[in-house]
Amino acid sequence: MLSYILKRLAFAIPTLLIVITISFFLMRVAPGGPFDGERQLPPEIEANLEAVYHLDEPLPMQYLRYMNNLVHGDFGPSFKYKDFSVTELIMQGFPVSLEIGGLAIALALLIGLPLGVIAALKRNSAADYFVMSLALGGIAVPNFVIAPIMALVFGVLLGWLPAGGWNGGAWPNLVLPVVALSIQQIAYIARMMRASMIETLGSHFIRTARAKGLNEMQVVMRHALRPAMLPVVSYLGPAIAGIVTGSVVIEQIFGIPGIGRYFVQGALNRDYTLVMGTVVFYGALIVLMNLLVDLLYSVLDPQIRYDD
Amino acid sequence: MTSSTPTPYRGEHDGTPLPAGAPNPPSGPDRHTGESLGREAWRRLKQNRAAMLSLILMVILALVCFIGPYLLPWGLDEVDWNSFQTAPSMTDGHYAGTDANGRDLLVRTLFGGQVSLSVALMATFVSLLIGVIYGAVAGYVGGRTDNLMMRFVDIMYSLPFMFLVILLMVVFGRNIFLIYAAIGAVEWLDMARIVRGQTLALKRREFIEAAHALGVSGPTIVRRHLIPNTLGPVIIYVTLTVPKVILLESFLSFLGLGVQEPLTSWGVLISEGKDMMESAPWMLIVPSVFLAVTLFCLNFLGDGLRDALDPKTR
Amino acid sequence: MSALLDISHLTVSFDLPTGAVEAVKDVSFQVPAGETVALVGESGSGKSVTSTAIMRLLPDLARIEGEIRFDGQVLNRLSPKAIRRLRGNDIGMIFQEPMTSLNPMHRIGRQIGEVLRRHKGMNGDQARTRVLELLTQVGIPEPERRIQSYPHELSGGQRQRVMIAMALACDPKLLIADEPTTALDVTVQAQILQLLKSLQQRYGMAILFITHDLTLVRHFADRVCVMQHGHLVESGLTREVFDAPQHAYTRMLLAAEPKGRKVPVNEDSPLVLDARDIRVRFTTKRRMFGPDDTFEAVRGISLKVKRGQTVGIVGESGSGKSTLGRALLRLLPSEGTIAFDQQALEGLDQKALRPLRSRLQVVFQDPFGSLSPRMTVGEIISEGLRVHHPELSRRERDARVVEALKDVSLDPAMRARYPHEFSGGQRQRIAIARAVVLKPEFLLLDEPTSALDRSVQVTVVELLRDLQQKYDMTYLFISHDLAVVRAMSDTVLVMKNGEVVESGTTEAIFDHPSMPYTQALIEASFLNRAA
Repeated sequence: MLSYILKRLAFAIPTLLIVITISFFLMRVAPGGPFDGERQLPPEIEANLEAVYHLDEPLPMQYLRYMNNLVHGDFGPSFKYKDFSVTELIMQGFPVSLEIGGLAIALALLIGLPLGVIAALKRNSAADYFVMSLALGGIAVPNFVIAPIMALVFGVLLGWLPAGGWNGGAWPNLVLPVVALSIQQIAYIARMMRASMIETLGSHFIRTARAKGLNEMQVVMRHALRPAMLPVVSYLGPAIAGIVTGSVVIEQIFGIPGIGRYFVQGALNRDYTLVMGTVVFYGALIVLMNLLVDLLYSVLDPQIRYDD
Repeated sequence: MTSSTPTPYRGEHDGTPLPAGAPNPPSGPDRHTGESLGREAWRRLKQNRAAMLSLILMVILALVCFIGPYLLPWGLDEVDWNSFQTAPSMTDGHYAGTDANGRDLLVRTLFGGQVSLSVALMATFVSLLIGVIYGAVAGYVGGRTDNLMMRFVDIMYSLPFMFLVILLMVVFGRNIFLIYAAIGAVEWLDMARIVRGQTLALKRREFIEAAHALGVSGPTIVRRHLIPNTLGPVIIYVTLTVPKVILLESFLSFLGLGVQEPLTSWGVLISEGKDMMESAPWMLIVPSVFLAVTLFCLNFLGDGLRDALDPKTR
Repeated sequence: MSALLDISHLTVSFDLPTGAVEAVKDVSFQVPAGETVALVGESGSGKSVTSTAIMRLLPDLARIEGEIRFDGQVLNRLSPKAIRRLRGNDIGMIFQEPMTSLNPMHRIGRQIGEVLRRHKGMNGDQARTRVLELLTQVGIPEPERRIQSYPHELSGGQRQRVMIAMALACDPKLLIADEPTTALDVTVQAQILQLLKSLQQRYGMAILFITHDLTLVRHFADRVCVMQHGHLVESGLTREVFDAPQHAYTRMLLAAEPKGRKVPVNEDSPLVLDARDIRVRFTTKRRMFGPDDTFEAVRGISLKVKRGQTVGIVGESGSGKSTLGRALLRLLPSEGTIAFDQQALEGLDQKALRPLRSRLQVVFQDPFGSLSPRMTVGEIISEGLRVHHPELSRRERDARVVEALKDVSLDPAMRARYPHEFSGGQRQRIAIARAVVLKPEFLLLDEPTSALDRSVQVTVVELLRDLQQKYDMTYLFISHDLAVVRAMSDTVLVMKNGEVVESGTTEAIFDHPSMPYTQALIEASFLNRAA
């Protein structure tokens, strides 16, 4: 088991290296520098600034310096938020993003899994068609359409919940963003769980379980649920990536001070270090999550061996 | 969104194996008349009402997007000085209203549709091209080459691709060809995996061995035996890629990182509409409806094609 | 005395979207307590549907009419709750698919114990004691250790033993065994049947034994019921039915065992194929760097085949017999020397081999996998002609295809159709036509009859023998089915673990086997001496 984890960790390192390297060099080949503001800076000041940010060194030097800083948890200074380092900005935003993303994933599983199971058990019934139409709707209407409409309806027209803002993470402010973020994943998970459950219920070992005299509830809970959940577990990696991506627009729409908003603002302001810092951070996060999901999978499926 | 590959939902004729001994559905007499699998699939698709309706709607939608703007009296950037931010109306010729700058929303939405659909087609084509070649080579050559090529795909999978695309857009500026290439470069991974899996499975099939035994040459085997048999899954996957690409493009545009003025796309229009939704809700609703209908149709069509082509239901 | 299981006028139909289909039509028979009744039939006869209907395990779209009476209760009128009390308790069931019938997620101890907890109300310790006892009885070695195993850690035979333990855990009055040995090698099959027999004597339960294999029925069942197309066509005591079959279908089935022997070729017939010290190694990559695992599937086999001869190769799964066949045709890389018609094959690359390919042809086992699904039958058969006889005009090629289809007794008008429109036996004929159209001198037949029903098998064997006569072909016949090999071959090689255990003339091998393995194999196949 331990060697398996180590192996997977070793596999994560080149992945991260690629992310960092691509981001670094993309940033450096970018036309124009970060200090090309509206007004032209005097040459000596620009040189001075470049020296401060080590932009006058040869590229390989800068790369190594950046890597070295990264290892020490330093993403460098933000070019636009003059008083903050990128690390500080990420550390400010991450708890907020984590709360929303974590709640969204939990909600997606909590609603998506039972919906899928019910649809599979009541196959071709009205309930099934209803759930699957909802799911198709959740997939076809993107979250950046749903979110503003929800803000309009529940926030502005009905006034039940705040239409935006963070308010220190008070729960009324959480509801709309979390729901908007999870809808698409609920839809995917419900569809996947339904398909997988139907397939599992048709397998031979389910027939064996019925031949033992178990009732349908026992057959489903003891024998079908776990194997049917395996595809959903392996989908968790992409699901987390989807939630992270989605949080970028959701935070933008609801004005939530998470990493996503810094990322978008950094991108629009060409705040290169901020954008790059968030990309590297997200990269590490997604790689780590994929690792955790794989470990969870190997725990759930006895046919996966840890050695090798 | 970056690498989500949901197991596709199966329609009512999903491939659940009938229990032991259950008879195969009887085949009507009309089935035994030299019908190819493709024609049989088409016949099955035609019986799927939701899928056929979606197909027809998609064709109409595409025609409307590409012809419609030239039939309407307004241009993409034309400002109607008499109507700023007016609601949809049948009388003043702005059937979907106007935006804050007095531009006709329907014309803009249809032009946006052109962009979204062309991005979808081009990016899907790029992903198809890279994915099929990469996957077929890995699967056909096999061994160590395959191993290395697939390790590379694994690494690419775990990259936060969406963010790299955004980084790309930030660095190189917003350019529609860059969008084609970037989205295509994201989406080819799934295609490569599917084609490789198919090729590997087919390579073990006895009819490929029989072709070897007949002395058929390698390239001919690929052309005559391998490619036609990977076609089904590839078609299914293409119909699933198109809506994903449209979604990606709208997502980028929504963030302000997609196409630039004077061009527009559904994502841009939705983003503009979102800011005006209290005073001019039609600006959000009209492009959203176009986007949602397109995604609905493409998903229905994808599901329908899968049911029609799925070998298990054969 | 009334029978334990009494089925009267059973009709099972399925409501499919395309209309209702009757799979079982008005079937009546009895299973007396403590006896073994065999339900025999070919694929599509309705025998499995009947057995599944008893346990009410059919899908919801199935409709059962008639009466299934078991031990005083009418099973098809019981409430779902009442039938569940019987399942696994009074009626045990084992299935054809040992590899997939156990839950891959649970340890086998838990899976067997579950029945005991459900029906006997045992607690964990009591169940464990009983499970260990059962595992010992079904012959699982080291039960203390194996109770902790997951299904994927067991072999196919062991898994079937676990299934038997599960079915017998509650000491049932009736055991339904649905093709319990079909997926297993013959020697394992013999052990499992032996086990069932001894357990039956011990527990005194009745067995309803569903099978397609008449030879097993003769050795195993007290009574036999023969089914065809959903009808019960004949039933009675096994001995009586076998001695004096009443129904034409039963007679046909009984006659369906491949008979006769091949006429041997002359001693001075020239050598067609001379292979020496053939070895095939497979390497599997375990990791990115580091050594590969090597597995030697064929370990230095030499063989000679004379013109007009049929050399049979028999062995169980994993014996390397198919690998050897493919290596001889250079479809797989191998070591050793292969001379075909005095021409060395081993040094030739695929391009240089091409002209020889028309003289060396092959027919594979799986009639569903060996035909390209997107080509018409005509295109499939003519593909070899296009490679080897590009000079033929379209019309001439078509004439050759028509001739080949006639050779395999298929209607030439079928050549515009696609493979999925044909039955297994017809497809195998198409595969034979694809090879024969090139007029090959040497034909490799790799389990050509194994996927077919017995009655179809016989006709394919006849066809192959006729074609061999007509075109003076030499056969290498690979099969696990000893009866077919005996009917086809001049000489026989018995393989195990990549090596030849024994070889000799068909008479010598079958009538006087000298090696214990060969003896066990022949014993386990219940070959009919009279054939």
